[in-house]
Amino acid sequence: MMKKYAKTHEWVQVEGKVATVGISNFAQDKLGDVVYVDLPQVGKVVKKGETLMSIESVKAASDVYAPVSGKVLQVNEKLNDQPELVNKDPEGEGWLVKIEMTNPNELNELLDEGAYKKHCEEEE
Amino acid sequence: MKRTPLYENHISLKAKMVDFAGWEMPLQYEGITSEVMSVRKAIGIFDVSHMGEIVIEGDDTVRFVDYLLTNSFGSLKIGQVMYTTMCNENGGIIDDLLAYRLGENRAMLVVNAANTDKDFRWIVERSSGFAVKITDVSMDYGLIAVQGPSSEEFLKRFSADITGLSYYTFGSYTIFGKFCIISRTGYTGEDGFEIYCKWKDTPFIWEELLVRGQAFDLKPAGLGARDVCRLEASYMLYGNDMDDHTTPLEVGLSWVVKFEKDFVGKESLLKQKEEGLKRRIRGLEILDKRIARHGMEVFREGQKIGTITSGTFSPTLGKSIALAMMDNQVKISDEVEVDIRGTKVKAKVVKLPFYRGSVKS
Repeated sequence: MMKKYAKTHEWVQVEGKVATVGISNFAQDKLGDVVYVDLPQVGKVVKKGETLMSIESVKAASDVYAPVSGKVLQVNEKLNDQPELVNKDPEGEGWLVKIEMTNPNELNELLDEGAYKKHCEEEE
Repeated sequence: MKRTPLYENHISLKAKMVDFAGWEMPLQYEGITSEVMSVRKAIGIFDVSHMGEIVIEGDDTVRFVDYLLTNSFGSLKIGQVMYTTMCNENGGIIDDLLAYRLGENRAMLVVNAANTDKDFRWIVERSSGFAVKITDVSMDYGLIAVQGPSSEEFLKRFSADITGLSYYTFGSYTIFGKFCIISRTGYTGEDGFEIYCKWKDTPFIWEELLVRGQAFDLKPAGLGARDVCRLEASYMLYGNDMDDHTTPLEVGLSWVVKFEKDFVGKESLLKQKEEGLKRRIRGLEILDKRIARHGMEVFREGQKIGTITSGTFSPTLGKSIALAMMDNQVKISDEVEVDIRGTKVKAKVVKLPFYRGSVKS
């Protein structure tokens, strides 16, 4: 399974045409304690780079951008009651949505783990 | 950027540092929520050395300080502290502060870090004709707040007679062999103490507190937790809930305005009181977990009736809470709506404080 990252700190993990999306460990650390995850409607159509949804931490509300274009197939309902999963396991149980990709070629524009790590170091 | 005497200590605790009023301060160590819980259930210690301290002394101290402040300094005994506002001629709040009666003719004003220079200038400008000497001693003293229900139990081990301190009093003590002033005050809604010590002694006292506090589940707490605690306890924050254009009456601080004496801003405040308030701060419980933040608009039946001044998620109550400056027609239990990034979220007007902790009264 391929995992890639956007410069805006979302990750995607791809299985066939379906991309699971979440925010990176770096992003959750910057955000601080998450208290509310404003999940999108299932069926929402997004373009790469557009606002997909938002996450509220005690500190601030932050937009999450769609790392790929497509349609929201499923959202992580668990986050309604346990928003803290985004802090505890951002790249696992704290996933946000699954998107059915309309243009898998977009994945080529995303960073692999090594490049993303470098990108984070530059932002620090 | 300015650094407190505890800068190195915060770095070694791996705190996230932020710029606060020109000071490099710890926003959080482990996390805001867990730090709030330490304060509510055990003890949290805060570095508040950035606060400003201004000493006023001389024969006219009491007359001068009473002229500057809305609350009655003259009625304090030596060893007592009061919370007060300092207003301009229009009744607008220049700052909110603590005034310590250090001696017969000696006062210490503890002011917001962001306002220290402004306050100092304001005070000096108004001092002509008064026999007073005004000194900014902010960089001479460190300040550590020890807050939480176990604070007394913990601190009395090292400063035996603090048990005798009642709320809003202070005295000279030694702690871990260092001279300091300890006052039973705070900004969290819990019982607690504030330790004023020499700048150079501050790291030593901080480290001792951390080590010896382990048995009491004492944890360092940052500005993030401080903001959540003060908001749960419904203490106003200068720059958010009040500024030069709001009056103490509008932010629920009429109890620190004493009309029986003369002070700067009295006429304007008296006029406002007689005419009645057009707006005032009230508490909101957001009926959703989204957070209402400073500047967001508040509506009732489609009409804009106010603005959010502060908001947070309260881990203690498990609710999203906010303070809002609203039309005075809005009453407790009314239902309003807050525009949170385009979504109108329902909120209920509630009585303050949101939360009452172990704080003495």
